[in-house]
Amino acid sequence: MSDHLVKVSDLQIGFKNEEGELIPAVRGLSFTLGREKLGIVGESGSGKSLTGRALLGVLPPNAVVSASHLSFENTDLLTAPSAELRKLRGLKMGMILQDPKYSLNPIMKVGNQIIEAIQVSNKISKAKAKKAVFDILEAVKIRDVKRVYKQYPHEVSGGMAQRIMIAMMLVRKPDLLIADEPTSALDVTVQESVLDILDNLVDERNMGLIFISHDLNLVSRFCDRVLVMYSGQVVEELVASKLHDAKHPYTRGLINCMPTLNGSLEPLPVLKRDPSWLGAAQIGSGK
Amino acid sequence: MISIKNLNVWFGQGDDRVHVLKDINLEVKAGESFGLVGESGSGKSTILRTALGLVDDWSGTICIDGIDTRNGDYKKLIRCAQMLFQDPYASLHPRFIVGDTIAEVMKINNIKNYEQRIIELLEAIGLTADHQYRYPHELSGGQRQRVALARSLALEPNVLLLDEPTSALDASIQAEMLNLLNEIKTRLGLTYMIVSHDIAVVSYMCDRLAVMSNGEVVETLSRGQLRGQDSKHDYTKQLISASQR
Repeated sequence: MSDHLVKVSDLQIGFKNEEGELIPAVRGLSFTLGREKLGIVGESGSGKSLTGRALLGVLPPNAVVSASHLSFENTDLLTAPSAELRKLRGLKMGMILQDPKYSLNPIMKVGNQIIEAIQVSNKISKAKAKKAVFDILEAVKIRDVKRVYKQYPHEVSGGMAQRIMIAMMLVRKPDLLIADEPTSALDVTVQESVLDILDNLVDERNMGLIFISHDLNLVSRFCDRVLVMYSGQVVEELVASKLHDAKHPYTRGLINCMPTLNGSLEPLPVLKRDPSWLGAAQIGSGK
Repeated sequence: MISIKNLNVWFGQGDDRVHVLKDINLEVKAGESFGLVGESGSGKSTILRTALGLVDDWSGTICIDGIDTRNGDYKKLIRCAQMLFQDPYASLHPRFIVGDTIAEVMKINNIKNYEQRIIELLEAIGLTADHQYRYPHELSGGQRQRVALARSLALEPNVLLLDEPTSALDASIQAEMLNLLNEIKTRLGLTYMIVSHDIAVVSYMCDRLAVMSNGEVVETLSRGQLRGQDSKHDYTKQLISASQR
């Protein structure tokens, strides 16, 4: 096994417009991921989610992808047959999506959905699977697990649905988890408990985590390393705890535009985008 | 300007009837910016929705600018108070161009010269006259929220009820939107009631705030008390410490 869980070099993702021109969305992205928590931050449209989706091979069908290297463990994701990719997605890679309203099956009870997720990878009896569902729902701090087990997604709150989605991914115990804004829809208090769960998994199970978020403070607190993306490129790579020492004006702008509890009441500084950032040199992948 | 007395709200019927707001009493003065914070499901948005008649099963009284929202003149009420919703993707009609979206409220309320007013409104919220011919899908999230704001300003209200006005926006766009809201409030002399789960946003925007948990107001604080961490309730302390980590 290589020392890197994931290796990406020169990833390009584009979309064809009506005239057939290729509009780039991710331009020459390179990074590696070990058994760690890597944060990807940036505004919407900066290509963070596309990067996560490219790893799983779940980009929209009209996306045009190329890379000089894209691998997970020892599998080349660019050339592997789709059956193998499907196996990887079932067993080893998981993704938590941002919006639980669209990612849960609306006509299937919560418990059955999680059982389905378990039985994809693990052919165990229904009774055992049911026990596992109760355990994982408790682990994501759902109070009345027996009731939630029998409910449909529309009967639970947004925060609860998000935790169910997280439970569904964690129950398979993946080696790589891509979490796309997993806590944006949650209250601060619940957010903390979800982060604790993810944190424990990385430590105990030696999992690799890609944490996509627009919340810089959260990422700097939670992750080990952060890539800051602007318009499909990495403009800065930082040790997460040093986020507040960021040099790039884009990163600084993103930090300064957030109101704080005790901050000034003057108008908030607004991010001024500089066209020269687009040409910014690609910062090398983390060693 | 806004007076809420003994407000109780229920959802559902029969055995499933749930008591979602319990004895809410709030007073907001003219020109004030008042915040409601609390976890999801605590009933923050329900207060705003009840005030504008979007909830049926409630008791108590709500008066906005002297108009009783239950028995008063509804046309007068909506000219006085307007709502800005959380999700600009859901609150704009996808098949209406921006100009039609803003015009609709003015046509219903028989306002003359609405074509001219659309342009004034778009310019007031930082877009241009050309934007009136665009469809929502041609705009970014921040631009859509500006259009929703233009629509809620179309009837020249005195009160804006803002339900998580920036939680669907990026931090950089949130800053622009908050600055715009403050500027418009000063320029038009508005009163705001802002629902947010982000206590930092409320601390920046609001003179006073109520902290809600489980359908009750657990505490009402001034900005000074919030910033001086002069809160009595554990839940407020938890919110404050979570935002400072």
